[in-house]
Amino acid sequence: MSARSTAGLRHRLAERGIDRGLLMLLPAVAFTVALFIYPFLYGIGLTVQPTAGMQEKWGGGIWANYIAFFSDPFVFDSVWITLRLALPAALFNVLAAIPVAFKLRGKFRGKRLLTTLLVLPITLGTVLTAQGLLIFAGRQGWLNTFLVQIGVLNEPAQFVNNYLGVFLSLVISGFPFSFLLISSYLSGIDPSLEAAATTLGASWFQRFRRIILPLLAPGLATTFILTFVLAFSVFPSARLVGDPTGSTRVMALMAYRSFGEQIDYPMASTIAIMMGVVELIVIAIVMLWRTTLYRGSTGGKG
Amino acid sequence: MATTPHAFETLKLTGLGRSFGGHAALAGLDLTIRAGEFIALLGPSGCGKSTALNCLAGLLPLTHGTITMDEKRIDTLSPEQRGFGMVFQNYALFPHMSVERNIAFGLQMRKVSRSETKRRVTEAIALVKLEAHAKKLPGQLSGGQQQRVAIARAIVLEPSLVLMDEPLSNLDAKLRLDMRTEIRRLHQSLGLTTIYVTHDQEEALSMADRLVVLREGRVQQVGTPEELHTAPVNWHVADFMGYRNLLDVTVTESGAEGVLVSNEDLHIRGTAVGGVTPGGAARLAIRPEDLRIASSEDTGDGLIVAEVAVVEYHGREFSVGATAKSGTTLYVRSELAPQPGDKVRLRVDPARALVFAADLDAAGEPVAQTALAGEAAT
Repeated sequence: MSARSTAGLRHRLAERGIDRGLLMLLPAVAFTVALFIYPFLYGIGLTVQPTAGMQEKWGGGIWANYIAFFSDPFVFDSVWITLRLALPAALFNVLAAIPVAFKLRGKFRGKRLLTTLLVLPITLGTVLTAQGLLIFAGRQGWLNTFLVQIGVLNEPAQFVNNYLGVFLSLVISGFPFSFLLISSYLSGIDPSLEAAATTLGASWFQRFRRIILPLLAPGLATTFILTFVLAFSVFPSARLVGDPTGSTRVMALMAYRSFGEQIDYPMASTIAIMMGVVELIVIAIVMLWRTTLYRGSTGGKG
Repeated sequence: MATTPHAFETLKLTGLGRSFGGHAALAGLDLTIRAGEFIALLGPSGCGKSTALNCLAGLLPLTHGTITMDEKRIDTLSPEQRGFGMVFQNYALFPHMSVERNIAFGLQMRKVSRSETKRRVTEAIALVKLEAHAKKLPGQLSGGQQQRVAIARAIVLEPSLVLMDEPLSNLDAKLRLDMRTEIRRLHQSLGLTTIYVTHDQEEALSMADRLVVLREGRVQQVGTPEELHTAPVNWHVADFMGYRNLLDVTVTESGAEGVLVSNEDLHIRGTAVGGVTPGGAARLAIRPEDLRIASSEDTGDGLIVAEVAVVEYHGREFSVGATAKSGTTLYVRSELAPQPGDKVRLRVDPARALVFAADLDAAGEPVAQTALAGEAAT
């Protein structure tokens, strides 16, 4: 039996991290409750208060909105449409950023300039990117004019106002982001590990495959999740450079339609909540895979 | 693991050099290494010793010179083709692989069969006495154990040459002594050829067959530990070899029985080591253990008068710091502890007081003092 602590109650609480310092959390807690938790719960509350029209059409009492979401193919298909856009875009951003970050990790002249150029698109809003894409890649744009004039194309190709347009805009805004993240993960890997592998006879591919990639994988998973979330909530570009009634009829557009055109606030909330659910499912799958990886120190200072 | 037959007779470095944007980190390194030798590259940080090692491993491309193994030129080979084993200062173990897989990595890269890999990995683990830790990740091991894994990983490939880059500098003092013996034992029992980089002269003297002292990218002296210890060629090497008392003096007389040097504090006889001319500036080097506190009966000349400032207990002896008239501190060994403030007189055997030319060029050769000598003659 252990000796009874002689310390006072206040002292014992402080050892468990409970003391007056906790009061410092108050402003942040108040903010979070007022601006996130309350609106979020309010939104969930709305989803179970369907409009009379919805209840009549889909039945199910307070669950009418959810029944509508799963039963109405026009609504439910948007889940697949969004995934078809967000998953390939996130995957492309991660995969394309790996070699670029890998190549740019050493020290060389003009590195800062190149990094700045690569990161610049982050500072541009999605709307500006979309506008640029429309002007550059539209039917009358420079790209088409150029391709037609050099004889590659017979007539202007459709680069925007379809799936490709939105995909391009997601790459423009998402790639710099994943490049930055992967660069910082790479800099956390001790360069002497690669030197060691080299002296042990590993070729550059083996070094990448056996040393760099396993150590980078948890970072890639995190990067994938973040770019996926960015791409999944795509709204402006889906509307501006996409095909908002067809191949880029994403969930965010559907939610906006319910809210703005049908004035059905509860249904809009339902779609928004389901967006979150779909995202969480994808994130959970990636995180589950991530737990199977080595996640300890990578030797570097990053 | 059986003793490996040497893959080569001699490894020859000719005019090895490496420049970084105009700055020569290493220049004109000539060295012939015989199979089975233990060579230490010794020097202060930034002297180019690690650069030399990385050039040998092929991790840094050479800017000058060639490396030939017997008659075959190897500096054009990529590091993975050279087949040298390298041990890094920070161990560079693959953190996501177990001890076994770390050691097996090089064998797998060389497409050694699975059963052969298993056998050799088991042997290597036994050799460094890590049987109990074979399945652990590097992060779960202590510094000394990680160092053993790094050594096992390098020698399991039976490399023709093992390169070690300050392998003991991250270990504590006691472990460092143990690992020193361990590395020397492995070198001898496996018949390895080893190039060992260190800044610790004691480590280099105790382990190596031959030492290469580097300074600012240039070789200062190559020799056996004994040669370097007793006969350093210039004051840089002397400084590095434990000649802690380095004093600026003027040569007043030079003859058959040595040179007479003097400055404000002393007027003593010493032994000239190359390039010293009467009237010229020189540097007097004396080891603390060669300088003794003279007894009160000793009334001969050549005594240095000083006042005791610091007394440190060093086990069997005391290390005494005594301040001479000019303010220079002289370090002396003494069996008795004098009191700070005591006046003492110090004596040195002329054979153990080395006099070096003060001005040296980058390669450690004395700068010609003809002009100075001419002035002195007129």
